[in-house]
Amino acid sequence: MGAATGESIGANRRGLLASWRRARFGDVLFRVIVAAFGLSVLALAALMLWQLFFESRESISTFGWGFLAGTHWDSVNRVFGAAPAIYGTIVSSLIAVVLAMPISLGAAIYLSEMAPPWLRHPASFLVESLAAIPSVVFGLWGIYVLVPWIRDPVERVLGGHLGFLPLFTGPPFGVGMLAAGVILAIMILPIITAIARDSLLAVPSSQREAMLALGATKWEMISRAVLQYCRSGLVGAVLLGLGRALGETMAVTMVIGKTYDINTSLFAPASTAASQIASEFSEASFSLYTSALMELALLLLGITLLVNIAARLLVWRIARSPEAIKE
Amino acid sequence: MSAITHARRKWTNTVMLGLCTTSAFLAIGVLALILGFVLINGISYINFDFFTQLPKPAGESGGGVSNAIAGSLLTVGIAAAMGIPFGIGAGVFVAEMAGPRLAGVIRFTADVLTGVPSIVVGIVVYSWVVLKMGHFSALAAGVALAIIMLPIMARSSEEMLKLVPQSQREAALALGVTRWRTILSIVIPAARRGLITGGLLAVARAAGETAPLLFTALGNQFWSLSIAGKPIDALPLRIYQYGTGPYNQQHQQAWAAAFVLVTVVFCISLLSRVLLSRRG
Repeated sequence: MGAATGESIGANRRGLLASWRRARFGDVLFRVIVAAFGLSVLALAALMLWQLFFESRESISTFGWGFLAGTHWDSVNRVFGAAPAIYGTIVSSLIAVVLAMPISLGAAIYLSEMAPPWLRHPASFLVESLAAIPSVVFGLWGIYVLVPWIRDPVERVLGGHLGFLPLFTGPPFGVGMLAAGVILAIMILPIITAIARDSLLAVPSSQREAMLALGATKWEMISRAVLQYCRSGLVGAVLLGLGRALGETMAVTMVIGKTYDINTSLFAPASTAASQIASEFSEASFSLYTSALMELALLLLGITLLVNIAARLLVWRIARSPEAIKE
Repeated sequence: MSAITHARRKWTNTVMLGLCTTSAFLAIGVLALILGFVLINGISYINFDFFTQLPKPAGESGGGVSNAIAGSLLTVGIAAAMGIPFGIGAGVFVAEMAGPRLAGVIRFTADVLTGVPSIVVGIVVYSWVVLKMGHFSALAAGVALAIIMLPIMARSSEEMLKLVPQSQREAALALGVTRWRTILSIVIPAARRGLITGGLLAVARAAGETAPLLFTALGNQFWSLSIAGKPIDALPLRIYQYGTGPYNQQHQQAWAAAFVLVTVVFCISLLSRVLLSRRG
């Protein structure tokens, strides 16, 4: 009897051990599979950078650093310089940020500090809905509504009154740097607003109450206690908007015109790195041309990665500050 | 003196708060302006043929974009089939399995990847898939859109999985259920609604993307549902080509296509809102 029990315990233990091993194997297998998915995110980022670098090596070895400063983009003479595209990218994005920043910060302040509670959610939803409109639809709207409006009255009035500035000279084309900047401003507005609003909401109410208890007006409370407190989040929000503007393609391609020159006038057509790739890549007929466009894409990726990394670090800092968590 | 200061402070307060309110309504006004144009123009040019006919040769009136609608469904479907499982897998890894440091690195990378210009994704997939296979194809377009969906999906599913109470995991583990069964049969079902919402939003984003399709799908005037062998059409590509073309007839179809695209994207994001708000 004793022997029988011992045997059955032994069998039980063997069975348990086997099932434990199976379970263990299942866990390990699952971990490996899921880790592969997780690491694919990292691999994707690295492979994209590598691929672009690999594809642009012909252009890099031909032009070296001169690619960045070269002002000629001439497929007939096989000379490619990225300066006009870089200039166009930076200037159009700066116009966008300058126009969008005050409006979106104001809207964020309204949504987080001022709107009556019943309006808060619907209004936020409406502003964020702007971000859901596809870029090509912005482009279509840009061509048929924005560009005619920019041509007349905006450029006519600006040219008439401020024509002495080099920024506002030349004939009013409508399409050009200004149109691209304005459409980018509309597109990054919801992004900056949403993230700035989240940063404002992360400010503990004790900050607001303390300031109001000192006899501050509502605006003084907002500007000194709230905005000061979460400024890194606000800068991060603006940078995220900038990152989006730098890489935005379709809408810009449709309204910027297209030129290979650097013009000081905002009325003149221009091109950005993204719009140049979009409009020329399928026409690139020889390998150096393709390679130069790939290098342009590499530059664009590099710049947007840097801007996004800086932005995320700033936004994370405010989201993770101990006071915000306590709140 | 103090009365003057007081008046000035009150005045500043009124002006600045007024400016903030104006900005908010300006932003909403711009949205209304854009949606209004798309709606009015779109509805007036839309008809039954638009959904059922193939494009007519340039300059001829009539015709539709049935091939572009089918192509969009196909490419977004391929993208969802790849991007959503990959994204959820990555989210599971970050939320349930990875150590805090690795989780932080992946989370950060995914956040940064969502900021990568979509044209860059398109050009990379061109050299990964189109050059290797020798064809523009629905598959290449699907891969490009999947790459855009992956980081969005990974981040949203991680957030949704984290909302599942720790006690549910502990209860399952205490019953002797293995980790992988716990995750697959307890955690993921509990986060189901959030995961579906994330998937819907990622699909909405992919459906409107144009830039990554330029060098992967290319566009096609004819009917095609071929996955790997032929270029394929898509609604956003149609809007781009028709919108920038010289023909009035095509402009009208571009507006109609924009209307359809915006309606679809908005319905999806509204649906996801509704799903998420009916939590429980």
